[in-house]
Amino acid sequence: MNSSSNLINALFIFVLAGFIGFEVIRRVSPLLHTPLMSLTNALDAIAVVGAIVLVGEHKSTLSAVFGFIAVIAATSNIVGGFFITDRMLKMFKTSRPAAKPVAK
Amino acid sequence: MAPELAGSQIVIELVYLIASVLFIFSLKWMSSPTTARHGIWAGEIGMLLAICGTLLHRGIVDYRLIAIGLVLGTIIGIPLGRVAMTAVPQRTALSHAFGALCVTLVGSAEYYLRTPSELPPFMMAVLSLEVILGGLTVTGSLMAAGKLQEILPQRPLTYKGQNLVNFALLACALAIAVSLVRNPGAHSLFPFMILIALAFGVLLIIPIGGADMPTVISLLNGYAGLSAAAMGFVLNSKLLIIAGALDGSSGLILSIIMSKAMNRSFTNVLFGAFGQVQTSHAAGEEAKPVRSATPEEAAAILSAANRVIVVPGYGMAVAQAQHKVRELYDGLSKRGVDVRFAIHPVAGRMPGHMNVLLAEADIPYDRLIEMDEINGDFPQTDVALVIGANDVTNPAARSDTTSPIYGMPILDVDKAHTVMVIKRSMNPGFAGIDNPLYYLDNTLMLFGDAKAFVGSIVRELGGGHG
Repeated sequence: MNSSSNLINALFIFVLAGFIGFEVIRRVSPLLHTPLMSLTNALDAIAVVGAIVLVGEHKSTLSAVFGFIAVIAATSNIVGGFFITDRMLKMFKTSRPAAKPVAK
Repeated sequence: MAPELAGSQIVIELVYLIASVLFIFSLKWMSSPTTARHGIWAGEIGMLLAICGTLLHRGIVDYRLIAIGLVLGTIIGIPLGRVAMTAVPQRTALSHAFGALCVTLVGSAEYYLRTPSELPPFMMAVLSLEVILGGLTVTGSLMAAGKLQEILPQRPLTYKGQNLVNFALLACALAIAVSLVRNPGAHSLFPFMILIALAFGVLLIIPIGGADMPTVISLLNGYAGLSAAAMGFVLNSKLLIIAGALDGSSGLILSIIMSKAMNRSFTNVLFGAFGQVQTSHAAGEEAKPVRSATPEEAAAILSAANRVIVVPGYGMAVAQAQHKVRELYDGLSKRGVDVRFAIHPVAGRMPGHMNVLLAEADIPYDRLIEMDEINGDFPQTDVALVIGANDVTNPAARSDTTSPIYGMPILDVDKAHTVMVIKRSMNPGFAGIDNPLYYLDNTLMLFGDAKAFVGSIVRELGGGHG
């Protein structure tokens, strides 16, 4: 099943994805480094898919319990991460039309 | 190659492919504040697709427990998404711990589910890497969060031979990993490897002080990403490998930027040798004369200026002064004063922290200028107003080769015509390094709480104008 060709494929994907990551993230404005970190945190919680399978397959009590805790931890990262990133990005506004043009 | 894939398997893989593409777009759109919110939507859709696709997995027999886990996670996640902006660093550290916890638990469960024949050497090596990195990130991040939340003492704790102990621990964990690679059936060894990794995480963060937090959080971010990528190898999940690689490279890039901004070599940071206590030379200091000013005087100087640059630091966040700073910005802008903000990369407790705090206070982001861009403008600036920043303005970093921060890139505030520094007292800052900026002829010290002092300047400005 897990032949060595699978591992080589995985290595290719890892290295290429790493390159994409470097190129994409280098271009992120330093202004947004905090939301970047909370966003990557949420994306990283994709590990939830592994945990879901563990819980769902219920192969042993240990794996189900570990998987269950893992699902909770990852889900809270997904929900919290996207939520706070959105809150932060909503706050970034550009200069408004200089102090209300002739109010009243 | 893998055997023929079943129909549902192909659907799942295709869904994962779409999710991977969406994740990459999500990060790409973070390049500018105008497109960044698209990035969140892309990420959310990708995540939703991936989770739904996973639920199609044929082996799943128990949906109830999954549903309970997802609901509980959501209940915990919502308050974590609503924390105050000043608490974002500790929230981020905490979520690194959660992410790493998930990876470590899944890795451990996989280890015990598999027979030794299902754990060829490379697989066992990656699995060990996954749980070691995951384990040390769990406790390391919890320690960092505790320090940031001030549950734990913020002062760096150091002792003789600290690095030696740390390296010995890491070597033990790696030795266990090697013997597990040789004999994957040695189940009793596995928990020790994890325990050592957990202990290592604690010891790694003990010597770290608050000023080093931006580097540490970035580094832990990178570790969390790499452990997730390792998990992808173990589960043969391309989606996880991609997401982990993206997160890992993000963490590493930020660590490099942060370490450059503190003039530390990247290897220095990688091996956790940061946070050495700087020898404070506070003793024997004679009270050098400083010039101080009242809020009225400060307001008069500011309103007479054409160009003002505000330099915010962590002290501003501690004093919760950002909203008062915004009132000051409004008051001065109304008088035609050009006000900008100079942001040092390591100002605050995590990368980009100051930008978020100022954006929250409704200061437009095109007024927030990076160090490299604004440094040339200080000589043409009438007033540089330093609020709660210390080391990042210390001219000793440019000139004094004996200074612990020599070589660190700083904001050249001393080149402005007038420098005003809001500070509680003359006590040297957290790092215990004296700042010659305070004794310059063009420097005025404004003693007091940042929020209260900026508030009184604002009042003076308002009062003078009716």
